[in-house]
Amino acid sequence: MSTLHTVNKSPYERNALKSCLDHLSAGDLVLLIEDGVLAARKGGAFAQVLGDVGRSCKIYALNPDLAARGIAVGDLVEGIQTVDYGGFVDLAADATRVCAWL
Amino acid sequence: MTDENTKKKFLYLNRKAPFGTIYALESLEVVLIGAAFEQDVSLAFIDDGVFQLMNNQDATAAGMKNFSKIYRALGDYEVRKLYVEKESLDLRGLTVGDLMPVTYEDEDENYEEKPSIRVVDRAEMAKLIAGHDVILSF
Repeated sequence: MSTLHTVNKSPYERNALKSCLDHLSAGDLVLLIEDGVLAARKGGAFAQVLGDVGRSCKIYALNPDLAARGIAVGDLVEGIQTVDYGGFVDLAADATRVCAWL
Repeated sequence: MTDENTKKKFLYLNRKAPFGTIYALESLEVVLIGAAFEQDVSLAFIDDGVFQLMNNQDATAAGMKNFSKIYRALGDYEVRKLYVEKESLDLRGLTVGDLMPVTYEDEDENYEEKPSIRVVDRAEMAKLIAGHDVILSF
């Protein structure tokens, strides 16, 4: 009975990530895609909050979008897992519903 | 036409102000499609989406379509649940009194006019998201 939340905007430009994190239910999943992956790099302003949220909700980042932006998997906030496109499909298929934060 | 097996709970999640982008108008179009297919339709207004319901919108001088009247007609399409997030209103200095009156006629109570807009807090909004079958984001 979980929701997969996708975020595709940079948190430095829009509030999509903040709004998403403000509306999570326990056990939900968050997948960062497109410019949303910019939040996942450690040392950034959202590293702390993602680390905190990661304790109650799983957080993923789409690897092809990380790679395109030169963000190495080793530079991600601890606890964030990466998925490829197939993993994205699996997450969506396993979730009860998908909620996009645009 | 629609039996209970094919009826789903749809939540239309509106987070953008009207006119600046096409999202608000497109959302309304899809809301009406959902209503035409006799689905259980609810609308949520979060962040700048709350500006979609501002009273006294007039886009004439801006040369744009005045679509705000459509919200007031939603009751005629059995769309009766418009959830507006309190924190989003507060942050923008708005109250429910700044929003347009949206009502529906309750056929169970002598067609009395009742408000469709319900102000909910962020925690209630999170529960609404978790309580719907399909979320359509705009």
